[in-house]
Amino acid sequence: MEFGLWREKMMLNRKDLLDIKGLKKEEILFILETAKGFLDIPTRTVKKVPALKGMTVINCFYEPSTRTRTSFELAAKRLSADTINFSSGGSSVEKGETLLDTALNLQAMAPDCIILRHPLSGAPHFLAKKVNCSIVNAGDGTHEHPTQALLDAFTIMEKKGKIDGLIITILGDILHSRVARSNIYCLNKLGAKVRICGPETLIPKYIENLNVEVFNNLDKALDNADVVMALRIQKERIHGSAFPSTREYFEFFGLTSEKLKRAKKDVIVMHPGPMNRGVEISTDVADGPFSVILEQVSNGMAIRMAVLYLLLIGRKKSEETA
Amino acid sequence: MKKLLKNGRVVDPSQNIDETLDILIEDKFISKISEKIVDKEAEIIDCAGLVVAPGFIDMHTHLREPGYEYKETIETGTMAALAGGFTAVASMPNTNPPCDNDSIVRFIKKKAEEAGFARVFPIGAITKKREGKELAEMGLMAQFGAVGFSDDGSPVASAFVMRKALEYSKTIDKIIIQHAEEPSLFEGGQIHEGLVSTELGLKGIPSQCETIIVKRDIDLCELTNSSIHFAHISARESLNYIKEAKRKGLKVTCEVTPHHLLLTEEAVLGFDTMAKVNPPLREEKDKEALLEGIFNGTIDVIATDHAPHHKDEKDCEFGFAAFGISSLDIAVPSLIDYLIQKNSLPVIRFVELLSTNPAKILKIPFGTLKVGSIADITVFSLRHQTTVNPNKFYSLGKNTPFSGRKFNGRVQYTIVDGKVLYTYGKPPKSLHS
Repeated sequence: MEFGLWREKMMLNRKDLLDIKGLKKEEILFILETAKGFLDIPTRTVKKVPALKGMTVINCFYEPSTRTRTSFELAAKRLSADTINFSSGGSSVEKGETLLDTALNLQAMAPDCIILRHPLSGAPHFLAKKVNCSIVNAGDGTHEHPTQALLDAFTIMEKKGKIDGLIITILGDILHSRVARSNIYCLNKLGAKVRICGPETLIPKYIENLNVEVFNNLDKALDNADVVMALRIQKERIHGSAFPSTREYFEFFGLTSEKLKRAKKDVIVMHPGPMNRGVEISTDVADGPFSVILEQVSNGMAIRMAVLYLLLIGRKKSEETA
Repeated sequence: MKKLLKNGRVVDPSQNIDETLDILIEDKFISKISEKIVDKEAEIIDCAGLVVAPGFIDMHTHLREPGYEYKETIETGTMAALAGGFTAVASMPNTNPPCDNDSIVRFIKKKAEEAGFARVFPIGAITKKREGKELAEMGLMAQFGAVGFSDDGSPVASAFVMRKALEYSKTIDKIIIQHAEEPSLFEGGQIHEGLVSTELGLKGIPSQCETIIVKRDIDLCELTNSSIHFAHISARESLNYIKEAKRKGLKVTCEVTPHHLLLTEEAVLGFDTMAKVNPPLREEKDKEALLEGIFNGTIDVIATDHAPHHKDEKDCEFGFAAFGISSLDIAVPSLIDYLIQKNSLPVIRFVELLSTNPAKILKIPFGTLKVGSIADITVFSLRHQTTVNPNKFYSLGKNTPFSGRKFNGRVQYTIVDGKVLYTYGKPPKSLHS
């Protein structure tokens, strides 16, 4: 293989990872493939490779997060990057500094990558136009959460060996879910038949244009499904009255063992976390034999290692060539 | 000093004229309009190949003063108006303090006269502090020059208050202008509720947020037998209601903005804050309906809703960005391009929308080239191009989604009080200079 082609293959030709919508299928598959290689690192005695040695990654979190923040931080550390955590609480943000000023100041300290979690849709897209370092979207408002969709796809691939042709039901608060949007794009690109299900108050307008089948009835939505993804009911984003009570929600849309019987026998159950047990998912399903929820978390780290690796090494190589 | 506009294509809907004529201006009045006028004393302004129209009146402008001088001042806004071909603008009352009493009306008039660029006709608030609760002193404001009333930026949400406002407006013979928006359907909204809001995860503002109030206020208009004007109509269904109201003979008028005519929700893709505006840019079907409304007479006026903002208010996260588009500098070229060039709108209808009708609705003695009237004239070209460069706007607001666009159409001269205050390529002049 010619060097040029090889180099092309070894990186993502992009500065940032902002959303799944803008990714090509080949890029998604390339990230998933790369993540496979990182899967065993956490099982080693020395859980570290020197791939990103000397590089700096800043975790910039404007919303509370346990899983995603830890996952990104560990992913960067296990690639030997230096990591800094920054959250809006207890920082200059509380003194009224704008996101742009904060980012420009951080940039002045020459990081290679800023990982941004932000309550406003499009915040990473805005920053990406303003700073030279790579921006990875770790969830923006109710828009996208690309690494979650990638790790979900990775988990399905691991469990099912394929995604093409699978019936995948995404269940819950679709309206406010960035995980749902990223997954709808990602799974569609990979050939799945995507269903969404929830009360009509939590289904966004024209969502069927994104090539999904919409259900307001959980039994029908689960019929013959290969994969079920339950989404968290985001109490903090639901203003007013999307449904009368969590009790009623659980009755109609809570994922229980009984309801799950309608799905395929080898169905897998996923959840991006954090879970509200007894609201969108029952404990026996969450902890039951079909659940792959904790595997999602482990796979998440491999995906984030792959994303950081491909973006940062890719940029380094293109800078060297330039 | 006499001036003679030679060989222009004179288009004046108020006299149903569209032919090549000369216009003689004496002092500040139009003294003669006919073929081949000869006057040796007059300064000749060659208008061959240009359209000569009664001065354009923007009946929906935010001049931001008092209170938001960092966004725009009366001086910069009226300079932008001249450069954009408007001889007059009506300023909306959402200033700080709001224009809800006669002292603010007088302040605005005084500032505008001192500046000496385009004329300013203040719009007063319908309710005190624009809170939608108690009627403001509309009669007193009218005495000092307010030409109409609106709580623009906010709706008059209460049907009771709106009824009273409509009734009272008959007493003072001034138009009520409604910013049609149902607050409970708007709350937290960012862009039109449609496919783009779903894709971008931005809270949507449904068309019904507007149409519900349009429908309600048409009913109130019928109840009170008064007149109402709807600002910046954006949704197809609103036009259907207005069309039906007109058919029934109700005194209902409406305006549309250049950006709602030219753009759809897709302008927001990529989180472009320059296209964040209220009412939001809607769908292709709405855009088509607005164009149809221009042709079939449902729409009476094109108004800019010029909403200048500071750079910082647009150069930020989409959710924090201010609503609004800075429009005065380029509205007319964009409309010439879209309506006349691309959609073959008759020039006489174009002038009616931008001059004759706003003057009629605001009941001001402009929008005509009749002999004896004040010489406020807009001269524009259908042959020359305008390239949008926000850095060259006279408005302090550089917020436009049209940056870099080329429009076939250009403002050549803007004449106020018989003086050429703007000539293409030169900075606007003041009446006092």
